[in-house]
Amino acid sequence: MKERRIPAIKDGTVIDHIPSRDTFRIIRILNPQEFKYPINLALNLDSKKIGSKGVIKIDSRFLTQSEVNKIAILAPNATVSIIKNYKAIEKIQVKLPEELVGVLNCTNPVCITSKEIVISKFKVLREEPLEVKCHYCERVYGKDEVEIKRK
Amino acid sequence: MNFKGRDIISVRDFSKSDLLYILKIAKEMEKEKPKLLDGKILATLFFEPSTRTRLSFESAMFRLGGKVLGFSDEKVTSVKKGETLWDTIKMAERYSDVIVIRSPVEGSARLAAEAASIPVINGGDGANQHPTQMLLDLYTIQKIKKKIEGLKIGFLGDLKYGRTVHSLAIALSFWKVEMCFIAPDALQMPEHYIKELREKGIKCHKTSDVFEVSPKLDILYVTRIQQERFPDPLEYEKYKNAYRLDITLLDHIKKDLKIMHPLPRVGEINAELDDTEHAIYFEQAANGVAVRKALLALVLGKEK
Repeated sequence: MKERRIPAIKDGTVIDHIPSRDTFRIIRILNPQEFKYPINLALNLDSKKIGSKGVIKIDSRFLTQSEVNKIAILAPNATVSIIKNYKAIEKIQVKLPEELVGVLNCTNPVCITSKEIVISKFKVLREEPLEVKCHYCERVYGKDEVEIKRK
Repeated sequence: MNFKGRDIISVRDFSKSDLLYILKIAKEMEKEKPKLLDGKILATLFFEPSTRTRLSFESAMFRLGGKVLGFSDEKVTSVKKGETLWDTIKMAERYSDVIVIRSPVEGSARLAAEAASIPVINGGDGANQHPTQMLLDLYTIQKIKKKIEGLKIGFLGDLKYGRTVHSLAIALSFWKVEMCFIAPDALQMPEHYIKELREKGIKCHKTSDVFEVSPKLDILYVTRIQQERFPDPLEYEKYKNAYRLDITLLDHIKKDLKIMHPLPRVGEINAELDDTEHAIYFEQAANGVAVRKALLALVLGKEK
């Protein structure tokens, strides 16, 4: 029998097939401090699909589509399952939208978005490896450079 | 083609047919049209210094019979009191029919265009875009060479921070041209631009030696090493005299090579080259008026 690294959850969300190195970044963007129930995570698990993977299990909390879209920025191949009564009742497709509105911060200190209150807008140029462009200053960012808003 | 109400913000907003149409209208604007924009007002909002861009926009508007209001120093505006760009634009759009904005803050023009219900033209936003310079460069090349297709164009100087080089290279990539990027390694053309150009089938070469490529070139586009864009002043000191073109260049070029420069220059082209038939940078600056006349007329729907 396959050893279960983290306990099964009765109700909640399971995010699987996250690249190990991005697992903590994904946890951070989901604002875990605001969750009321346990979150379990494991990383450096063997994965045929991506080599080394992380898994996050969130108890009693169902992710919204916009939260799932944020996951797509870092882990476009992740799978998100909604669990009810220990069964996966729905798999949400992780999908990166063509435009990310209000999701990323532009870290260019001379971008207008750093000077005024402006809702950030980024165009997705490429999904893998990720490349996004600030709608305002037109600076292009890769996956390791993007700063995802916490809220 | 209808440009009425359009904003002119970035080279990325243009198709090849847009560019060709603007060049065509610019040529028509070489003629006097003193009543074309009668009754129209241009607001020039210049948050940082500029000589050519502001003066040529003002000249263009006056030559078309329009009027100009604006400022060229943010210290004399309410921005100094903390007014946002958004609010400044909301006010300016009620006083004018078209806005030109120049700012050191990147993306300002795009935000201004979102705030304004009237057309906004980007007169330069930091190291990002300067589309009217790109258009007058393109116009100058086409006017002097009678074509763009097939030319070999060298870019010399600060290719890392030089927005005019980035925009012009992207615009030129609509045509089958060859590009040589001549700069010290630290100031070379950013790799993502080279990659994009190559993906579009443009032959690109990189070198630090101008004489290695100059004998093949049809156009040599020289840029200033821009002190204001260097994060580290010591780095600027290291490169500020990297290239100083003088009369010795003439032994290493084709007879019909033309030297361009967006100006201002600070020593990278010796004045002894000014009187040669190769120097076209002042003519290039003069072309700014025709191109800006064309843009003002186009976005106000009055080109015909």
